Amino acid sequence: MVWKARSNGASTFWHDITTPEAWAALKLTLVSAFLVALVNIVMGTLIAWVLVRDHFHGKGILDTLIDLPFALPTIVAGLVLLALYGSNSPVGISLAYKQTGVFVALLFVTLPFVVRTVQPVLVELDQEMEQAAASLGASNTTIFRRIVLPNLYPAIAAGAALSFARAISEFGSTVLISGNLPFKTQVAAVYIFGQIQSDNPAGAAAVSTVLLAVALFVLVSLDVLQRWAVRRG
Amino acid sequence: MRGIVFVYLAFLLVIPLSLILYRTFEHGVGPVWRSLTTHQALHAIQITLFVSLWAVALNAVFGITAAILIVRHDFRGKRIFNALIDLPLAVSPVVVGLALILVYGRLTPVGRFFDDLGHPIIFALPGMVLATAFVSLPLMVREVMPVLQEIGVEQEQAAWTLGASARQTFKRITFPSIRWAAAYGVVLTLARSLGEFGAVAVVSGRIVDKTQTITLFVQERYENFDAQSAYAASFFLAAIAVLVLLMMNLLRPKEPD
Amino acid sequence: MAIQALNINKRFGDFTALDDVTVDIPSGSLVALLGPSGGGKSTLLRVIAGLETADSGTVLINGEDATRLTPQRRNVGFVFQHYAAFKHLNVFRNVAFGLEIRKRPKAEIKNRVTELLELVHLEAFADRLPAQLSGGQRQRMALARALAVEPTVLLLDEPFGALDAQVRKELRTWLRRLHDEMHVTTVFVTHDQEEAMEVADQIVVMAAGKVEQVGSPDELYEQPANDFVMSFLGPVTRLNGKLVRPHDLEILDEPTAGSVEATVVRVVRIGFEVRIDLEIDGQEAWVQVTREVARRLRPAPGDHLNIRASEHAIATAGAPV
Repeated sequence: MVWKARSNGASTFWHDITTPEAWAALKLTLVSAFLVALVNIVMGTLIAWVLVRDHFHGKGILDTLIDLPFALPTIVAGLVLLALYGSNSPVGISLAYKQTGVFVALLFVTLPFVVRTVQPVLVELDQEMEQAAASLGASNTTIFRRIVLPNLYPAIAAGAALSFARAISEFGSTVLISGNLPFKTQVAAVYIFGQIQSDNPAGAAAVSTVLLAVALFVLVSLDVLQRWAVRRG
Repeated sequence: MRGIVFVYLAFLLVIPLSLILYRTFEHGVGPVWRSLTTHQALHAIQITLFVSLWAVALNAVFGITAAILIVRHDFRGKRIFNALIDLPLAVSPVVVGLALILVYGRLTPVGRFFDDLGHPIIFALPGMVLATAFVSLPLMVREVMPVLQEIGVEQEQAAWTLGASARQTFKRITFPSIRWAAAYGVVLTLARSLGEFGAVAVVSGRIVDKTQTITLFVQERYENFDAQSAYAASFFLAAIAVLVLLMMNLLRPKEPD
Repeated sequence: MAIQALNINKRFGDFTALDDVTVDIPSGSLVALLGPSGGGKSTLLRVIAGLETADSGTVLINGEDATRLTPQRRNVGFVFQHYAAFKHLNVFRNVAFGLEIRKRPKAEIKNRVTELLELVHLEAFADRLPAQLSGGQRQRMALARALAVEPTVLLLDEPFGALDAQVRKELRTWLRRLHDEMHVTTVFVTHDQEEAMEVADQIVVMAAGKVEQVGSPDELYEQPANDFVMSFLGPVTRLNGKLVRPHDLEILDEPTAGSVEATVVRVVRIGFEVRIDLEIDGQEAWVQVTREVARRLRPAPGDHLNIRASEHAIATAGAPV
């Protein structure tokens, strides 16, 4: 992969990833993925909390539903989101062709990641720690902030990393909703696809290499993070 | 707190799901059935099943073998091997497709070899199987590994001292212990394979009636303004997804009390 | 000799588990490998079984070189500390496993398994799964399973380590009786000296990867080769810089030749014995006496006593007290 990308020389590589179109796609991808990861950190933790600590009818169904983005083909996800938030939307919001459309699609496919990494940790969490804090006078918010959250950091980080990696790779759900407007709503994966279709494998490979490098970075960080978490016990 | 979560999930999960139901059956069941039984649609289903089942078979064998290798054996480069297993999760499916083309495409020595034999890899089914198998690679491995770790090596050692060969030990002792984890892995892999889009989009050439899977069918029909067929196929896939979720729930390795 | 391990060396990274260890196990005997944790006993057992490979050295089973043989070929029965029960098979199938592997006819298997289950008193549990058995029952099943294939030698790795004290004592006696009936050469690993002394014909004391002493329980108790063996096999205290057994110390009315003066620190009644903690020249020591003696003496903290080792006191080999 890297070999092909550099087959036309280093300067072409640089050129390939800095064409306005490629650059815009990369920028959109990385920024969206980053924002999506942030939203997931907050919402994912919240959802995990509700699933573990709260009790209500239909909790089991909800729990199962969280995995839907895993099980649902990405193209279907894209079609569904398009139906809802696209041009003929019954809800009246038109997101297709807007960057928000891409954003929502990415939120959908990365939904389970933080939830599923945080959930098991919450389940295992010794509630006696929180009880001890309460007996010492800490309020619920304080307990969450100082006792629970610090124990969740490794899991949250792992989930965020996974959701980031997933988001930068996403193709199927964005290919319909983004309407493929270059510079505006084209994510890196769609750009790569386009380049392959236009018989420019080198260009495709160049951008792919960037994505791979980022992915590798994420994987390595995950490994380091997990090792750090293990040491904390 | 509960409220925020409900609203968020409603917008992201529940409403879209209900909408797809509505859109699909807007004009009754008839059109849905018709669009799913056209020659093109049936062919897409056939191709999808072929590719997915092959991918599942390959990954089952490779996945269990890899899990045993990592958990029970020591070899140089094991850590890298273990980390690489996760690679498909972090790589864009489009990139996977591109990589396969670069390695097995018509212009490469390997690709040309198979092309001459009359069995091209790229833009044909073998390439699609490879692509699908690759993206679902980690699923089986990561399901089986923790179980292997948990049951420990002593039962297998006991079997050796009683005279069981490696094959007998695997058949009678190891495999029965990982049965459920493997089944769960198969379900996950199957679901992933059925839903694969990006990698096969690149590798298959999207030739209608020859290399079109159901997911590619959805895209192609939508782009050709045949929304009804696109929704029908999507509903079909979504129904399978929900079924898979139910199966996952049933088979899910029980939490230790 | 049923088993011989000759000059076995084994290291795990920087840690030396076995350092030039040579052990002879006589045929038909019940031998204990005794020593503190990490001393190499389990490693030696596993090397004999073929579950570990030695870095150097030879293993002979019934005179044949088994060093290169896989565990499957060695015909050794192995019983694990945590049972290693085949969780998905019931008791009958567990015990039958070795026979099924050897493709014995069904009738034969049925007979043999039933016979063994009766031997270990588990015949009523044949249909149960291991998870439905108690720890002691699981271990008896593991034993029956190992015996089913008529091994040359039976190896047990801390077999009672995971069990309650009461069950441990029961199974100990039971193992001895089983051995007396079946006469299979047996080697078992333990860190419990009481267990070794009670059950074994011969004890091999190991520590830090080396063999410290080999002998019968009596020999080891009465003629310990060094301080380590002496302190491992029973209570010890120091007098005049030598180790001596606390119940081998006499309390004399008058200072006599060879006696030393000691100050009573504490008096503790343990069961029917009395332990008197002493201070001799700034060192701690203690003596064990019967209630009779204690009643006569009436020792209290601060009292001065005259202590001497009795004539028959055990000391480490060759060391006069």
